[in-house]
Amino acid sequence: MRARSWANLWVPLVFLTVLVAVWEAAVHLTGARPQVLPAPSRVAESGWEHRAAIVDHAAATLSVTAVGFGVSLVCAWIIAIAIDFSPLMRRGLIPLLVASQTIPVIAIAPLMIIWFGFGLLPKILVVALVTFFPITIGLVEGFAHTDREASALLRSMGAGRIREFLLVRLPSALPLFFTSLRIGITYAVIGAIFAEYVGAKEGLGIYMSVQKNAFRTDLVLAAVAVTALVSITLYLSTYLIERLVIPWHLKERRAANER
Amino acid sequence: MSAETAPRLELDEITREFQLRRGQTRRVLDAVSLHVSPGELVSIIGPSGCGKSTLFNIIAGLDQATSGSIRVDGREAAGSCNHAAYMPQKDLLFPWRSIAENAALGLEVQGIKRRAAQQQVREWFPRFGLSGFEDALPFELSGGMRQRAALLRTVVQQQQTLLLDEPFGALDALTKQELQAWLQQVWIEHDWTALLITHDVREAILLSDRVVVLTPRPASVRMVIDVALPRPRGIETIAHPEFARLERTLLEALSS
Repeated sequence: MRARSWANLWVPLVFLTVLVAVWEAAVHLTGARPQVLPAPSRVAESGWEHRAAIVDHAAATLSVTAVGFGVSLVCAWIIAIAIDFSPLMRRGLIPLLVASQTIPVIAIAPLMIIWFGFGLLPKILVVALVTFFPITIGLVEGFAHTDREASALLRSMGAGRIREFLLVRLPSALPLFFTSLRIGITYAVIGAIFAEYVGAKEGLGIYMSVQKNAFRTDLVLAAVAVTALVSITLYLSTYLIERLVIPWHLKERRAANER
Repeated sequence: MSAETAPRLELDEITREFQLRRGQTRRVLDAVSLHVSPGELVSIIGPSGCGKSTLFNIIAGLDQATSGSIRVDGREAAGSCNHAAYMPQKDLLFPWRSIAENAALGLEVQGIKRRAAQQQVREWFPRFGLSGFEDALPFELSGGMRQRAALLRTVVQQQQTLLLDEPFGALDALTKQELQAWLQQVWIEHDWTALLITHDVREAILLSDRVVVLTPRPASVRMVIDVALPRPRGIETIAHPEFARLERTLLEALSS
């Protein structure tokens, strides 16, 4: 199974290489101006030249992402547990959660800057706003996903609601939690960049915005490539964490696939 | 039941009604009375959907009877969880716990420290044919082994009564036979008292001291018969004329 998933990685890599090659050839054949469409080789070259700046900005973005996502995780767990324990909370909070997702971030992000300035806070809030919903819903559904009979079994053993939560509802929710974590983490990077784009002192978002205004399309694309790299790395790291936290889930799934 | 021994478990006219909408009620159990003496295995058979699971929920303390009483060793025990250990039809072994950790679940809920609980359950593994699987995860076990692990989780709780809800219902015929034979063997070596729900008339005769037949819903006791066949009962018991007579009586009681 693992060997196959690594082998599968080659297929998209080959596609990517072909795509980049076509792009490179098209730029040379049409003679497009680099301000409009730079060749991939030029993007790589300029990106490497400005690597120090890009890495600094990437680090800033990464820290915004991490803090914002951390806040989001804490909120998601607290809200999801509250909803799991209280039907009143469920009835009251779920509609509000859904409503929070109808807020157009594109409109709210500039307001955040007005309210909270150019510091970390507005960016953390944007990241949290775009990521806590999938994680909260993933957790709520994960808890509800618990086998009712397993709950009955624990209660027949004399377990109270908290024991039941810790012994069966929490572990039952973890596989779905990791799925929602993966959705959330990709939103988190995009959210951070978006918030920076609107206004920031540092970060890949503001870097792209500045380079765009200077017609350095090559540097904008270099920053895009770094963004993609960061997102993919974070995404893959959730698999690593999942493997450490719930090794049983992976083993079981693998055994089920082999049957 | 002899007069001097109080029954381990005694149900007296248990009735359970569920409130439906518009003030209607549905009666699921209608004055069910039965008793289980210490060391006895009593089976309950009845048409599916007749309310056997409701009865078990009431005995296990998960549900309250509308009227009637439950006594354990002569004491009132309605709504209490700490006199019976319940084994559902599904093994419900938690995939994140090893077999030994699963077996220790009830002990941990009772407040016994993880370490001590582990030590207690591990002693049981050889008798349950599970030696060497203490640290395995549930998915690594066959259906029969999982069911034995679930029974192990039930008996280590050391409660007065075992409530077995179709413990072999989900198994294939061969595994089922194997487990029935095995259960009889361990039964002889231990001082267990059990109430068993089953759909399988032969299983009821093979394993029980007494069989209680319930009517369709609302369930009441249609018939109680003693099974006086010698133990251990195996494949040869099926050829016993008494076995045939009991099987016929039970099947007739179920279909009438």
